[in-house]
Amino acid sequence: MKRSQLLVLVFVAIALVTPPLWGQSGGGRSSMVVAFKDDISTLDPAIGYDWQNWSIIKSLFDGLMDYEPGTTRLVLHLARSYTVSADGKTYTFKLRPGVKFHHGRTVVARDVKYSVERVLNPKTQSPGAGFFSNIKGASAFSAGKAKEVTGIRVIDRSTVSFTLDKPNAAFLHTMAINFSHVVPREEVQRLGTQFGHKPVGTGAFRLREWVLGQRLVLMRNPNYFLRGRPYLDQITFQVGVEPNVAFLRLQRGQVDVLGDGIPPAQFARVMGDARLSRLVAVGDQLQTGYVTINTQVPPFTDVRVRRALNMAIDKGRIVRIINNRAVPAKQVLPPLMPGYDREYAGYPFDREQAKQLLAEAGHPNGFSTVLYANNTDPNPRIAQALQQDLAAIGIKAELKTLAQSTVIEAGGTKGQAPLIWSGGMAWIADYPDANNFYWPIL
Amino acid sequence: MGAYLLRRLLQSVVILLGISVITFALLYMLPADPARMIAGRSATTETVMQIRTELGLNESLPVQYARYLARLVHGDLGRSYAQKIEVTELLSSRIAATFLLMLGGIFFELLIGIPAGILAAVRRRSAADQSVMVGAFLGVSAPQFVVGLLLIYILAYKFPVFPLGGFGSLAHLILPAFTLGIAGGGWYARVMRSSMLDVIHRDFVRTAWAKGLSGRQVVWKHTVRNALLPVVSMIGLDIGTFMGGVVVVESVFGWPGIGQLAWQAIQIVDIPVIMGVVMVSAIAIVLGNLLADLVYPLLDPKIRYG
Repeated sequence: MKRSQLLVLVFVAIALVTPPLWGQSGGGRSSMVVAFKDDISTLDPAIGYDWQNWSIIKSLFDGLMDYEPGTTRLVLHLARSYTVSADGKTYTFKLRPGVKFHHGRTVVARDVKYSVERVLNPKTQSPGAGFFSNIKGASAFSAGKAKEVTGIRVIDRSTVSFTLDKPNAAFLHTMAINFSHVVPREEVQRLGTQFGHKPVGTGAFRLREWVLGQRLVLMRNPNYFLRGRPYLDQITFQVGVEPNVAFLRLQRGQVDVLGDGIPPAQFARVMGDARLSRLVAVGDQLQTGYVTINTQVPPFTDVRVRRALNMAIDKGRIVRIINNRAVPAKQVLPPLMPGYDREYAGYPFDREQAKQLLAEAGHPNGFSTVLYANNTDPNPRIAQALQQDLAAIGIKAELKTLAQSTVIEAGGTKGQAPLIWSGGMAWIADYPDANNFYWPIL
Repeated sequence: MGAYLLRRLLQSVVILLGISVITFALLYMLPADPARMIAGRSATTETVMQIRTELGLNESLPVQYARYLARLVHGDLGRSYAQKIEVTELLSSRIAATFLLMLGGIFFELLIGIPAGILAAVRRRSAADQSVMVGAFLGVSAPQFVVGLLLIYILAYKFPVFPLGGFGSLAHLILPAFTLGIAGGGWYARVMRSSMLDVIHRDFVRTAWAKGLSGRQVVWKHTVRNALLPVVSMIGLDIGTFMGGVVVVESVFGWPGIGQLAWQAIQIVDIPVIMGVVMVSAIAIVLGNLLADLVYPLLDPKIRYG
């Protein structure tokens, strides 16, 4: 995911599971109003991959597996049961009977195969194709050399199996993320590119109306397969609302959830206000912020220089810059991620040792380099703090705070961008398994 | 007049072409790869390459531009990279809102500016004149973001007279239109004032005084009507500028017009949408200019276009 707002996921998850604490406005048993600054890009589960549409898509569609709300524990969802073969490479799922799509048809095993193949199909241009690349036959299918993914087998109407190239302990997670959510082929083919704006799924909510640029309204799916859910009758997403205005609407009771979070300028005030701070839902986010060091640009080719960089940075100060909404990282994995090592101390904040390492590596007087950062608050301020920390050990870093797309582009160009601060762009887990963080870098 | 009109229309086409070339080239040179943004983080290089081929991003600038132009003349503005909807659909869903805001904005500009300008001219060098001029200066200088938020805070939050932003009724239109009116009103006040002062010294006004007409008749029947001429051409320009999308006011008030669309598109480098909004704005401004120039001789018989 590109943005650091998993908080909304927590909000919506809470809203779906617990009785509505603050969702009251006319019409029906209960409803909730969420305010967003930007319009929602798409509701197609194969394509939607930003922090804003992720949880909305999850409300409209379902996958074979799911997570216990508010936790990282996998549970069965569309699948009634599953078995794993002895060699760990084949997963066989039996579907829950009687689950219906919003347009009335019952879900069958063929729908599961179709949905995953759709993501792997290059024509769909799905950003999630990579998650399923380890299914047998997936690469041949994606390259256009095969008409189907041979590793996905429809055994009967309610049984489907996935065979992998190699055992993958995180495979079940990929059956829980949005990309594997089940879609009805006939509706996808009928609607074509409009499917993202007229989604048809199995989820707890159905799309009631979407007025571009103004509002998106979801209504309760009365045939949802989980009894008694959802609790809400309706969710309205107001879009195009400036965060400060959204905050005013919240205080007037016109909006229940601030989709973009608390406006940064108001954060201290809100947390200090007795009435308002009770309305804040705090959740831990599976995210790590970091500075990328381009190991192919000298002098970062030398590991001692890279270590010196780590030791030169005052991580505590950066945490303070964002109002203590984080903890200093001692390792790659964030604290909530299974596999986090509480004992590991990482590199200390030690300027003397950093200078020593630099001298050992042949740069006793430091050197010049460039630090890129995203230009949305608070990243420029963090970048300045980083610049000061580096200057303290003799490294003169020129700051380039630019638009996200430009920074990403620079990062992707060979030999460019020696240093990038990841804030605003960086690493949020797609699923709660260390594999999700380690796989791209190992 | 006919020849003039033809010339102007041809000029307009050339101007629009020029704008499309410059904008296209600028967007082309941006160091951002739309294919990579669409493909996402976990995408393989093959997926990115394929998207680039499909979108024609591997072609040279002239080829890409030619393709764009060819589609443009058929009314196809492409598809938004982010939302995958046709740009024409996005624009048409929002243009009415901007049009309404334009009408409201011009209404308040005139409501504030014209009387202020007349007052300042008629009571030249008095306290009234000074305060109008200072007021105009403040109105023009004040950032619309601040004025807008202040108005929302006072007139929609603290005293819930108006709705807190949004779209849907006349009440929703008043605050954003008024915000636009404050800034533009300042301009109109100054122009009206200087135009009035210019006209007041003309011979025919002296004649009117000499004839013994009352102050009110001289001011309203003779001076104001003639002083309004430059204002009329300003209105034409204004129509164009407003239709181009008033980004700040639309964003602050959550007004679903093309300005808000442009702002969102720029942030994610959604090139087809950006091009679409720029072309619509350019057309609006060019037409607005043309309208202003055409209306002028209708009002002032001394002006003739050859």
